[in-house]
Amino acid sequence: MKIFVCIKQVPDTETKIKISPDQTGIDTAGIKWVMNPYDEYAVEEAIKLRDANAGSQVWVLSVGPKARVVESLRTALAMGSDEAIVINGEGLDNFATAKALAEVIKAEGGAKVIFTGKLAIDDNASSVSQMMAEFLNVPHTTVVSKFAFTPENVTVERDIEGGAKEVVQMMTPAVVAANKGLNMPRYASLPGIMKAKKKTIKEIEFASLNIPATDIKVKYSGMTLPAEKPAVKMLSGDSSAQASELVKLLRDEAKVL
Amino acid sequence: MGKVLVFTEQANGKLKRSSMELLQAAAKSGNTVVAVSFGSHAGDVTTAIGNNGANEVHVVKDAGLDAYNPESYAANLVGIINKVQPSIILASASSTGKDLFPRVAARLNTGVASDCVQLTISGDNVTAVKPMYSGKAFATVNFENSPIKIVLMRANQLPVEAADTSKTATVTEHAAATVDLKTLIKEIVKGTSEKLDLTEANVIVSGGRGLKEAANFKILNDLADVLGATVGASRAVVDAGWVGHGMQVGQTGKTVAPSLYIAVGISGAIQHLAGMSGSKVIVAINNDANAPIFQKATYGIVGDALEIVPKLTEEFKKALHH
Ligand SMILES: Cc1cc2nc3c(=O)[nH]c(=O)nc-3n(C[C@@H](O)[C@H](O)[C@H](O)COP(=O)(O)OP(=O)(O)OC[C@H]3O[C@@H](n4cnc5c(N)ncnc54)[C@H](O)[C@@H]3O)c2cc1C
Ligand SMILES: Cc1cc2nc3c(=O)[nH]c(=O)nc-3n(C[C@H](O)[C@H](O)[C@H](O)COP(=O)(O)OP(=O)(O)OC[C@H]3O[C@@H](n4cnc5c(N)ncnc54)[C@H](O)[C@@H]3O)c2cc1C
Repeated sequence: MKIFVCIKQVPDTETKIKISPDQTGIDTAGIKWVMNPYDEYAVEEAIKLRDANAGSQVWVLSVGPKARVVESLRTALAMGSDEAIVINGEGLDNFATAKALAEVIKAEGGAKVIFTGKLAIDDNASSVSQMMAEFLNVPHTTVVSKFAFTPENVTVERDIEGGAKEVVQMMTPAVVAANKGLNMPRYASLPGIMKAKKKTIKEIEFASLNIPATDIKVKYSGMTLPAEKPAVKMLSGDSSAQASELVKLLRDEAKVL
Repeated sequence: MGKVLVFTEQANGKLKRSSMELLQAAAKSGNTVVAVSFGSHAGDVTTAIGNNGANEVHVVKDAGLDAYNPESYAANLVGIINKVQPSIILASASSTGKDLFPRVAARLNTGVASDCVQLTISGDNVTAVKPMYSGKAFATVNFENSPIKIVLMRANQLPVEAADTSKTATVTEHAAATVDLKTLIKEIVKGTSEKLDLTEANVIVSGGRGLKEAANFKILNDLADVLGATVGASRAVVDAGWVGHGMQVGQTGKTVAPSLYIAVGISGAIQHLAGMSGSKVIVAINNDANAPIFQKATYGIVGDALEIVPKLTEEFKKALHH
């Protein structure tokens, strides 16, 4: 069976963010790019599922500027994925991205399970997996921290509010969005890295997918850096004095009590 | 003027504060406000929905909608949306909102702006501001090619005024849509906490490795009880098994936006800041004056958490109960 994993390349959390002059995005010069951390859980679960089911294959798929997103696809190949596809496109929103992912998965003959991350840490949107599931007309579950498979069904655990969990059963094919806790992603091995370097990554132009321009539904503008925070006010005295001073400040100055 | 549809949520038969925020913002915009409420207890909150500014409320009182199921919720919601024909939809960026509305948007061929912290409605138009790169930047989201503009707001971002009991909404009941479900909710395993979820909490008391051992979370729980706060944690203590993952704040945990965040024995690593830097007021307690958390804090206390937290609990008790 075919297992697909959608991975997004995002700026590393430690990267310093600068705004582009037109304020619609960021200045990408000097950015360190990594695979979205939640997508590592997705890749790991896909590999485990493949290894438990003989004759299966893991396909990784990413939308973005080809020149850089292939690096994250190579990381996924080095972890043990079998095939990789890059959809070369830029300036797309979550809707158009989900459409493109769904179109290519369909064109490749569909998949039994499609893994994604629960969200991408740059846009923090958690929308692509659900939209893609709708375009594929298959069920989905987000924020998944446990996964079990039979050919007819997948049973997952979904983390919801207040530390509660839902046990959800879906008919396959299904979309599963991974949360932390699902597994421990493996590191790429040296032989894996060598092998990944030699693999051909299939390239598809977004423009060739015939997705209309009206499928871009949102645009960003006026991107700004957060306002400078006033300097911290350090309290003094012994612990009793600090405690009563803090309560006073929270009540009278910050007015949050 | 058009219609704004607000998807409401309730907890234990009470309308959630996040829903009041949305209803009041929609009412202030001058548009007709249409609310939606699902589940066998949908009727319990219609008065509160009216008091908070809705003109109409559409309810589907069906036990099949008591637990969230993306397929049944999407089908029922899209049915009502098609009847109401709103130009704007507001919902909370809760676990239900974030799961449901992208699917609904795809079905309606329209756009969704997720995880927003500011909202501007002017007639049929809406723009929203959302944090990007874990709060390291902010962007305005503008809709295009979107017949219905869907905005998902983080909790605690909009003001809530006292409800007006003279305001009422007309109630329309709908039969549940029949759906061939491919998704089954088999079981709901209750969480350990009856407190507000971290993503909705107005006050959070969070602990890190500076608490030394799991048992010392008791002093945080005591402080939280006095403040009506929810307890959070750093990843270091989650990974050490002191507390459950549902309590983790940060890049691989929850993004929170309380009025007050008290960080106890937390160093302030960038991945932790990613989840909590949207807090209005941040208090840091740490025995290392050079801990990075102090660069983000509003108020700082250098000292031993085990000594200061119980003293704080006493002070808050005095201040809040006299
Ligand atoms: C208004 C707007 C303008 C944008 N402009 C640009 C731009 O100019 N250049 C640019 O590069 N991006 C741009 N983006 C990002 C854009 O490519 C999509 O929004 C993005 O791919 C979806 O990310 P998300 O954070 O919404 O994903 P989420 O929904 O948070 O991600 C969930 C999961 O979906 C999968 N996924 C998400 N995105 C991709 C992807 N691209 N490929 C494969 N899998 C994916 C991953 O598994 C991920 O874990 C823009 C986004 C918006 C909303
Ligand atoms: C990919 C990735 C994702 C991550 N995601 C997250 C995330 O979501 N959330 C998160 O929190 N972290 C995350 N981390 C981990 C993060 O980098 C830090 O390791 C973690 O936040 C440290 O937790 P801590 O502050 O509790 O512990 P430490 O860094 O050990 O800090 C303990 C602090 O307590 C202070 N202290 C010690 N004794 C006392 C005392 N008696 N009284 C008062 N203070 C005392 C010390 O001075 C120190 O500042 C992530 C890391 C990576 C690589």
